[in-house]
Amino acid sequence: MLTQENLQKAESLFKKYPEKKAALLPILWIAQDQEGWVSEEMMKYVADLVGVPYAHVLGVVTFYTMFNDKKLGKYHIEVCTNVSCMLKGSGKIVDVVERACGAKVGQTSADGKFTVSEAECMGACGGAPMIAIGEEYHEYLTPEKTEKLLTSLK
Amino acid sequence: MEKYILPNIPNYHKIDVYEQHGGYAALKKALQMKPDEVIDEVKKSGLRGRGGACFPTGLKWSFMPKGNDKPKYLAVNGDESEPGTFKDRQIFEFNPHMMIEGIIIGCYAMGITSAYIYIRGEYRKWIKMVDGALADAYAKGYIGENILGTGFTTNIYTHCGAGAYICGEESALMNSLEGERGYPRVKPPFPAQKGLWGMPTTINNVETMANVPLILNKGYDWYSKIGVAKHPGPILVGISGHVNKPGVYEVPTGVPLLTLINDPQYGGGVPNGKKIKAVIPGGSSTMVLRGENLEGVNMDADSLKAAGSSVGTAGLIVMDEDTDIVAVLARIAHFYHHESCGQCTPCREGTGWLEKMLHRFEHGEARQEDVEMLVEVANQIEGNTICALGDAAAWPVQSFVKRFREEFEKRVKVKEEVEAA
Ligand SMILES: Cc1cc2nc3c(=O)[nH]c(=O)nc-3n(C[C@H](O)[C@H](O)[C@H](O)COP(=O)(O)O)c2cc1C
Ligand code: SF4
Ligand code: FES
Repeated sequence: MLTQENLQKAESLFKKYPEKKAALLPILWIAQDQEGWVSEEMMKYVADLVGVPYAHVLGVVTFYTMFNDKKLGKYHIEVCTNVSCMLKGSGKIVDVVERACGAKVGQTSADGKFTVSEAECMGACGGAPMIAIGEEYHEYLTPEKTEKLLTSLK
Repeated sequence: MEKYILPNIPNYHKIDVYEQHGGYAALKKALQMKPDEVIDEVKKSGLRGRGGACFPTGLKWSFMPKGNDKPKYLAVNGDESEPGTFKDRQIFEFNPHMMIEGIIIGCYAMGITSAYIYIRGEYRKWIKMVDGALADAYAKGYIGENILGTGFTTNIYTHCGAGAYICGEESALMNSLEGERGYPRVKPPFPAQKGLWGMPTTINNVETMANVPLILNKGYDWYSKIGVAKHPGPILVGISGHVNKPGVYEVPTGVPLLTLINDPQYGGGVPNGKKIKAVIPGGSSTMVLRGENLEGVNMDADSLKAAGSSVGTAGLIVMDEDTDIVAVLARIAHFYHHESCGQCTPCREGTGWLEKMLHRFEHGEARQEDVEMLVEVANQIEGNTICALGDAAAWPVQSFVKRFREEFEKRVKVKEEVEAA
């Protein structure tokens, strides 16, 4: 369920588009921002709100990599390993991240603090190697800087 | 040279500063012209799309039906997910108003009353910046009802993607905007006939739109003389990989790749004085070039075509002499396999085979026949799919094997030696 405030935000989106369904992705973003992920219950709720079948919402959530149908750790660490980052040593960054977070790529640390993912190019190739923590980009990394950055997270 | 898209003007992203430097004058000028005259101006300027295919922008606009009997749409492509590409983000951050002004002019020229800027989900921070700029432009009366008292009305909205490279492909982008999974559509019908919500639609890249005010401000003749005649204008080149000064640089089209890589005002050379082994000139889907063959190759459509590659998104990736070419291609193949939407068998299966085979090469487990097999699989994908992601997956493989064959054969031999021992 969306909070009253978020529900209003969601409903105000409908007027941006000629058809309600177009508001599906933006509303899923609101839902994910609120809960940190999109549960089955939330998908059903959003389906009703937008007026599409639950199966459609499920299809959309699973198609787009940024929608999480599982709970993630408090910090989502995404390491870009695509070409430009790879050339600048993203392999070492992956090692440091896995060690410092206590979680391998695709896993969440036992204390629920970190989820580590390998990411495709995030459009920051000039600042390679880079990681994203949530919405924040951290560029021009070295293994040392990465370690420092991660240990500074509370 | 003077810079127009990313000038060195502090706070240019703020509407007041943008206006102080002549911002929104092009819009005022355009609104005094007939819509067709605006399209004509863009046509004559020679502007070609900056989203990858270099399609003439004015011509694309002229495909839109005239009249206002049904709604028409503009989708501005800010998905920017082609590896090696990071230029549109600079526009969102440092010059959003030039893009917005271009969008309003485009809407006026094509009789469009709603435009959507589709921006990749990873750029949420930058979407907020664009939203801020849009709000300021609304407040000044440049967007919305009865723009500057001319009776013309148009609205511009941002729309946030959610992590899928394929949504940069124009028909997948439209499906995504409509609240669907990002599956490309079969063409025809083309978007100018049947696009968003079944209505005539134009799709243009962010940087393409940012070029439009320049043309209106200073005239097509002035614009067409920047850079090379057949592909004119300023172009944002993203330089990454093994250079001392990676970043986005604005240059006129036609600058030699070696200048972009080595000149201290651009890439600043390869670290530790190493040699250039290979260059991918325009994002990961464009064909790789050998370092020793870069003499005389320039950043424009014709020159790169003659060299056996293409401009793509002008995302220049530089690889030094120590680079493991096989590993780079394996990483690229992984990307296209991961991003294939799975609708067409040649793309879905082919990209998977390519990735698997390349991992065999990486680990010294490939056979001699596999070198040819790689090219064959790529050839079977190319041209046999619904969208150009299939081609984008094939081109790197074809060009890497053609131009660095020895690197692949070396990896085969290692295995044979191991077996003989
Ligand atoms: C797989 C694939 C991904 C694409 N990604 C983008 C993108 O991120 N941004 C973009 O502007 N164009 C992208 N394109 C090209 C678009 O389909 C379209 O040609 C372009 O947005 C048109 O704009 P332009 O004429 O201004 O260049 C992509 C094409 C393909 C096949
Ligand atoms: S070529 Fe690949 S990405 Fe494009 S529609 Fe076919 S399967 Fe999908
Ligand atoms: S390759 Fe890592 S951000 Fe582009």
